Amino acid sequence: MNAIVSASGLRKHYKNTTALDNVDFRIESGRIVGLIGPNGAGKTTALKAILGLTDFEGKLDVLGFDPRTQRDRLMEQVCFIADVAVLPRWIRVREAIDFVANVHPRFNRAKCEAFLARTKLTPNQRVKQMSKGMIVQLHLALVMAIDARLLVLDEPTLGLDILYRKQFYQNLLEDYFDENKTIIVTTHQVEEIEHILTDLMFIRDGKIVLNTDMDAVGERFAEVMVGADKADAARRMNPLDERQVFGKSIFLFDGADRATLEAMGEVRRPSVSDLFVATMKGTYA
Amino acid sequence: MNTFYWQIKREFWENRGGFMWAPIVTGVVFLILNVMTIIAAEVMRARHGIQIGGNNFRELIEKASSGDLLQVGAALDTTMLSSMALLSFVLTFVVFFYCLGALYDDRRDRSVLFWKSLPLSNTSTVLSKVVSAVVVAPAIAVLVGIAVGLLQLLIFALVLSFHGINLWELLTLAHPLRAVASLLSSIPVYALWAAPAVGWLLLCSAWARSKPFLWAVAAPVVAGLMVTWFDIMGVFNLPATWFWSNIVARLLLSVFPGSHIAMDPHSLHHISSADLGDVHNPLALISPTQTYAVLASPNLWIGVAAAVAMIAGAIWFRRVRDDS
Repeated sequence: MNAIVSASGLRKHYKNTTALDNVDFRIESGRIVGLIGPNGAGKTTALKAILGLTDFEGKLDVLGFDPRTQRDRLMEQVCFIADVAVLPRWIRVREAIDFVANVHPRFNRAKCEAFLARTKLTPNQRVKQMSKGMIVQLHLALVMAIDARLLVLDEPTLGLDILYRKQFYQNLLEDYFDENKTIIVTTHQVEEIEHILTDLMFIRDGKIVLNTDMDAVGERFAEVMVGADKADAARRMNPLDERQVFGKSIFLFDGADRATLEAMGEVRRPSVSDLFVATMKGTYA
Repeated sequence: MNTFYWQIKREFWENRGGFMWAPIVTGVVFLILNVMTIIAAEVMRARHGIQIGGNNFRELIEKASSGDLLQVGAALDTTMLSSMALLSFVLTFVVFFYCLGALYDDRRDRSVLFWKSLPLSNTSTVLSKVVSAVVVAPAIAVLVGIAVGLLQLLIFALVLSFHGINLWELLTLAHPLRAVASLLSSIPVYALWAAPAVGWLLLCSAWARSKPFLWAVAAPVVAGLMVTWFDIMGVFNLPATWFWSNIVARLLLSVFPGSHIAMDPHSLHHISSADLGDVHNPLALISPTQTYAVLASPNLWIGVAAAVAMIAGAIWFRRVRDDS
């Protein structure tokens, strides 16, 4: 497998905070990686480092380029959507397409226009006249028409209504993603991307606290619903988390023995959001 | 190269208001005001029976000596160039604030994240802004100025022709072609002379985390005040006047078209010996021989060298500054 992104000893300090603290990771081709962490954990800094938008210490290789010095060449292969409102407000749909078509060697104009034809956007419309959802549609149309190897999404659906959010990920999966492409996505709406992720990375205080693929999540973590009679036995097994529902306790275990758990109650694969909450306990304390 | 063309086009799209509409609107307002003045003068004349010209104009021209005819020609040339003087003020403000915002506004509204997601180098981005400031904006202003000037010349000549003066005779006294050529040829000199101001403003624009205007203006002015203070105190023998005219003014005021005539002693010297003294023709001031004399001035070339360094600085800051 060839690595799209490989980082080792990645560090970034701001004046009085450490945004990235000696981070190592690899992202392989054809994956959809969710980079998930609480506010201020270093997600955006990590993405900015990958995109060459910020300086850092350590070693980072993205598609064979050093993002610090080769951003312009790297960007031929990498696309980026940073939350919703980063398209310039003065630009018209027509101008945006013209510009990208003429400066980006891997842009497919027909594909972009076909995508826009399915929206309400008109060529003369300016970004400042659009709703947030429409801005994202335009940005997505531009990005999906670029034959890039890596797509970085930083909170791409922030502030959108549920129709736009669902449509966004659906378009991405149906019309864009294939085995030659890689997507890195950060979001707080974990439930929405859970079913499309192939890999999961939790980041907390500038450190990667969990880096695994989704299949391994099911093998390693388990959630058991236990009646009151067996709750004490479950607590002795060092659960990551415990919560109460309808008089029963739900325990979250990391690497516990499957057979033992099944003897205690109903075993499920935990949702990413429950796993996240359990892992990040005490972050803001 | 094609990408660079589109980057220039992008700048034009974003700044259509300042680059194109500001000079056009100024020119049109200028023409309307002139026509209104002429109409008012004609109405006053009709009402009070005052003879301003009339057949006398005819006689004036017939009896005029060649020297007097030159004066008439000079007056017409002045008329034609007067709109350009006004447009120069507009251009100054447009270029000044364009440069201050060029590398700052997109960081403030975060659209820099979009621009930087395209395969364009920081160098070509900054250079496209330099070219827009020193070539595109002045060229549009000059073209508008030429159009407005010719229209105005035509209006004046038409009005005078109603008073019995031959239109073509009048037009041959003026030098529209010479004026057009002079204005066009002044664009490259403007680009070189304005470069240090453009470089400085772009540097501030790329560097400032907030309030680029304040930094751009305050830094040289405060430095100038310090130098003046030391000069008055006699502590170090710092040449305060030199500092104000060669550093502060060059960093901030060089974007004014023709400012080299005032700032560079080299240019002034040429004017006094030029034909200005005899005829008072404004064309002498902007004739190519006059304008290009500044190329011999070290002031110009030191400014260009400083501009190159400051633009390099702007490119570097463009890389390290992000939207935060």
